[in-house]
Amino acid sequence: MPFEHLLVLSFVLFTLAAAGFLTHKNIIVLLMFAELMLNAANIALVAFSKFSGALEPQVFVLMVFAVAAAEAGVGLAIVILLARSLKTLNIDTVKNLRG
Amino acid sequence: MNDFYPLLKWIILPPLAGFILNGLLGRKFLGEKWGGWLGAAAILAAFIASCLCLSDLLSLPVESRLLRDTLFNWISAGNFSIDFALRFDPLSAVMAMVVTGVSFLIHVYSIGYMRGDKGFNRYFAYLNLFVSFMLILVLADNPILMFVGWEGVGLCSYLLIGFWYEDEKNAAAGKKAFITNRVGDAGFLIGLMLMFGLLASQGIFATDFATLARNVNLLDGKIVLGFGAPTIIGLLMFFGATGKSAQFPLYVWLPDAMAGPTPVSALIHAATMVTAGVYMLARMSFLYALAPRALEAVLVVGCFTAFLGAVIATLQSDIKKVLAYSTISQIGYMFMAVGAGSYAAGVFHLTTHAFFKALLFLAAGSVIHGMSGEQDMFKMGGLSKEMRLTFVLTAAGCLAISGIPPLAGFYSKDLVLEHVHAHGIPILWLTGLATAGLTAYYITRLLILTFLGKKNFATHAHESPLIMTIPMVVLAALALTGGWLGSKYLLTFLDPAAATLSGADPEAHRLMLISVVTALAGIASGFFFTIPVLSEALALKFRFAREVIRNKFYVDEIYEFAIIRPLKWTADSVFFGFVDSDMIDGLMVNGAAKLTYRAGLIIRKVQTGNAQLYALAFTGGLILLLYWIM
Amino acid sequence: MNFIDANLLTVIIMLPLAGALALLLVPKGKTALIKNMAFGLSAAVFIISLRLYFGFDETNAAMQFTVDKPWLPDWGINYRLGVDGISLLMLMLTTFLTPLAILASFDYIQEHQKAFYAGLLALQTGMLGVFAALDVFLFYVFWEAMLIPMYFLIGVWGGPKRIYAALKFFIYTMLGSVLMLAAIIFICLAHKEQFGTYSFSLFDFYRTAFDLKTQLWLFAAFALAFAIKVPLVPFHTWLPDAHVEAPTAGSVLLAGVLLKMGVYGYLRFAVPMFPAAAQSFAPWLAGLGVIGVIYGSLVAWSQPDMKKMVAYSSVAHMGVIVLGISAFEPAAVSGAVLQMVNHGLSTGALFLLVGVLYERRHTRMIEDYGGLAKAMPGFSAIFMIVMLSSVGLPGLNGFVGEFLILFGSFRTYPWLAAAAVLGVILSAVYMLGMYQRVVFGPVRHEENRHLPDLSVREWGYLLPLLAFIIFIGVYPAPFLRKTDAAVKAYVSAAARQQDSAAEGQGSAADSSLTNKNVNPPHSYKAGRRAAKERR
Repeated sequence: MPFEHLLVLSFVLFTLAAAGFLTHKNIIVLLMFAELMLNAANIALVAFSKFSGALEPQVFVLMVFAVAAAEAGVGLAIVILLARSLKTLNIDTVKNLRG
Repeated sequence: MNDFYPLLKWIILPPLAGFILNGLLGRKFLGEKWGGWLGAAAILAAFIASCLCLSDLLSLPVESRLLRDTLFNWISAGNFSIDFALRFDPLSAVMAMVVTGVSFLIHVYSIGYMRGDKGFNRYFAYLNLFVSFMLILVLADNPILMFVGWEGVGLCSYLLIGFWYEDEKNAAAGKKAFITNRVGDAGFLIGLMLMFGLLASQGIFATDFATLARNVNLLDGKIVLGFGAPTIIGLLMFFGATGKSAQFPLYVWLPDAMAGPTPVSALIHAATMVTAGVYMLARMSFLYALAPRALEAVLVVGCFTAFLGAVIATLQSDIKKVLAYSTISQIGYMFMAVGAGSYAAGVFHLTTHAFFKALLFLAAGSVIHGMSGEQDMFKMGGLSKEMRLTFVLTAAGCLAISGIPPLAGFYSKDLVLEHVHAHGIPILWLTGLATAGLTAYYITRLLILTFLGKKNFATHAHESPLIMTIPMVVLAALALTGGWLGSKYLLTFLDPAAATLSGADPEAHRLMLISVVTALAGIASGFFFTIPVLSEALALKFRFAREVIRNKFYVDEIYEFAIIRPLKWTADSVFFGFVDSDMIDGLMVNGAAKLTYRAGLIIRKVQTGNAQLYALAFTGGLILLLYWIM
Repeated sequence: MNFIDANLLTVIIMLPLAGALALLLVPKGKTALIKNMAFGLSAAVFIISLRLYFGFDETNAAMQFTVDKPWLPDWGINYRLGVDGISLLMLMLTTFLTPLAILASFDYIQEHQKAFYAGLLALQTGMLGVFAALDVFLFYVFWEAMLIPMYFLIGVWGGPKRIYAALKFFIYTMLGSVLMLAAIIFICLAHKEQFGTYSFSLFDFYRTAFDLKTQLWLFAAFALAFAIKVPLVPFHTWLPDAHVEAPTAGSVLLAGVLLKMGVYGYLRFAVPMFPAAAQSFAPWLAGLGVIGVIYGSLVAWSQPDMKKMVAYSSVAHMGVIVLGISAFEPAAVSGAVLQMVNHGLSTGALFLLVGVLYERRHTRMIEDYGGLAKAMPGFSAIFMIVMLSSVGLPGLNGFVGEFLILFGSFRTYPWLAAAAVLGVILSAVYMLGMYQRVVFGPVRHEENRHLPDLSVREWGYLLPLLAFIIFIGVYPAPFLRKTDAAVKAYVSAAARQQDSAAEGQGSAADSSLTNKNVNPPHSYKAGRRAAKERR
């Protein structure tokens, strides 16, 4: 499998995830799209590792996993609290941080 | 000539010590019993010291009669070096003698006059402080030190006018005196600055009078603002003198100054401080010798003030106000003499005036004391029976000021008029003569309203105690003989050249006759116009003129509306209200703050709180970045 | 004592800060201990600083008691301290006023006492540091550090509008100093370019040469910072607010010391660094000073609030001082330096006196008083002398300074000096007016009838001021002598422009401040000799 294919896969996946992030309204869905973006980045990192022979990108991948897990944990906790207080998961209703 | 004459400082130190003792320990330790006598003794010590200095001065040959003493170097910075140095020459000798002598008499008088006053010790402390400043003024060897005394006497005048401070009016009068004086002082200072500045540019940095006199001709030919430098400097310094000596246009403070205790009016506002301007001009005579146009101005202003003061004095009803305007008028005479070029005549009139005007004020004080504070002459009358001695003494003073020979006023006033006549402007001489007539009139009017005629009050008046009458008797003796003594010794002592003029003028006798006749006419009209029926008829006929004169030509009101109000308005509304609060603070400072705040209000709208919008912006930014890279 | 003598300046500057830290360790409740400690410390600093005063060699124009220890050597930043006659007087003024200000706060401050006194002491370190620093970076650190305690003094212990006033004070000052910082960095880089090393030493800054246009910009940056501090007229509006809201001690130090930093900045930094620019700016500075005299006096006249009136009178007085330093004439500059001390004493005393009244009646409005002479004769007497000193009455300190400034600057700016004399009249108008309405007249408010006269503690902090007010008025020579050499150095540094302007680049001419052989310009003695010869 050529190197470019993997990068194209990563790019397509990232673009789809970003488009989904911008268009969907459900916060949980948004979180999932964010995870997808991270995984798109992971694919690119793994591809770099495979074709350059260096191991550092893989280290980054592990790092991203850890961060993603933590983020998911914190994110879901916030979502639960939001759901409790606002009774909705629509992102457009959560605007308390406006200037 | 003696440059190290240590006795000089002992003229100044006793009054200063008196001030410190009475000021610090007075109320608690000295009390009324010792405070007054301590104050008087301090002045007596100063008087004795000046007598000793005078005798040493007289023992010197005529050309080099000068004693000096340098106490310490006062201010020294850059090329300024000003010594605390004293100078005792005939001019300062005469002034020192008059100041300490009259002050001593008035101190003694005050012991009686101020008896029982709550501020007794404070009074004597101020009075002693005044005398020490006055002596610094008189004995100073450079204009800066003179200015110390100059402002110092102004301060004491301020304190003493407002001595009974509980009454807002007195305090306000003191403030008015101080501020009016300061206006003049500004002129004095600028004049000095100009003189020192010009001399410094010629390499002259010393400031003592001898050096200034030697180098003053360096100023000749310098042009400042289109005038010769000496003229401008002379005019500026004369402006200072008009403040201190209550001449037009700055005379307005003196009548108000009568709010102070009467002995203060006698000492400060008649005999000594107000004549400081004349002294200053005499001291700076070397400068005025180069500035004939400035002298012309002095002559005209003096003449005008003399006449103005006399006119206003004719219709005053407050006994002290009459004397105040009379003082303004008499100092005008002194300036006329100086302006006509005869400093000796000016100082001569200063001396005689110190005697008879102090006498008149003390007599007025005695009357006020006897009447328990009444000052309105129309509420007196017939006092000659109840206060016989005071009446006699006042009459002597009245004759002296009217210029009846052989009393003091005759000699000096006649000499002044003679010089003015010799100066050659007839209208000025005529005005001076008319003033003499008016003087005789208003003083006779005062005498009649107060002591003669019918009694206009219910209570009983009492004669003053001996401690008050004895100083008056001494002053009366001086007022009777001072003129003759002065014309015989004082003039030659002051200025060996000046005395020769007196009597040398072929017209002198005719002039003398004219002025005596004028004085007699004034006295006669004084008796005539105080006849009640006549005065009422005249008052009706000339109602308008009478109102204008009674209100002192509305000069105070004019100053109020032309100067004070606009200035206050500028301060309040323009500077503080508009520039400070609105422009600088409102527009610029708080304006900048508001601008920042408003900008924030607009820009914060971008922060909608919608996470997806942020993400969109983020993506857009990313795309732009990628586009820019590739 | 050896340690103290060896590190005299460091001890004087750092002792208050150490004291402030020590105060923080004292338990909050022990207020008496806190007060005594604060006062004792500041008094000790004053006593130690006397060694500085008497050890100072007045014939020597160079910096004395110098310290030079590397701090951030890679950037040429050193811990450089030293004093000349000018900074000596300023240091003495600071160490003299601080204990008095602390003494005046004993009853006034009732809340957070520990923090208050710690703040005052920290402020003292900042002020002393500004006057002693010979390293521009160090100077800037002290200059800014001093703002923080002052900000809290106003903001925490101030009057009702304290937050507004504190913020205004802070932002105003910051605005100026940020521009100054930019200029400082610029000069440092230029120095690196010209000499190859980084240095923040003041004397290296003097040596760094610029063409006239650059000088003008740099001078403007410094001048603005100092003009705000002085304050010159359009930049003065922080002062009345800060004064009115600050507690008495804050006002005393603000007027007594902080304002002097602006003038000191001109004397030490702006003018000697950029003499050519200073020469072309000087008439404008002098003009602003004179506008300040007249404007400040008139505005002071229309104030109903005593503190505000004194604040505006400060604007007027500082205007005269700026006129003096921009005349570049030895007498005028000497007068200006002396007048800085005088203003510190008399305005400090005025604020203390207003504080005395405020503690009794909790109002500063002139209208709320009247007839105090009866109830408080001691207070009235002191108030009178202090007021007269502020008015510039001969025989008291204010006159000597004013006289030297006016007569000295008349040679350079005759019209401006003459206009400044008008300020002399106006100062009498507003001061006497205020005094009359507060002290004379009938008792207008019953509660004033039985006000207690000065207490022993109040006499204790007013009498020292009074003693100096009279002493300097009668015998100013010792103080003038101390500054003489430094003033001459300043004047000749300002005159340096002839060389640097002529050469365009200004070769690294030896800084004249370190040069001992300054030619006195035409001395008085020489003039006198010339006069004798003519005769």
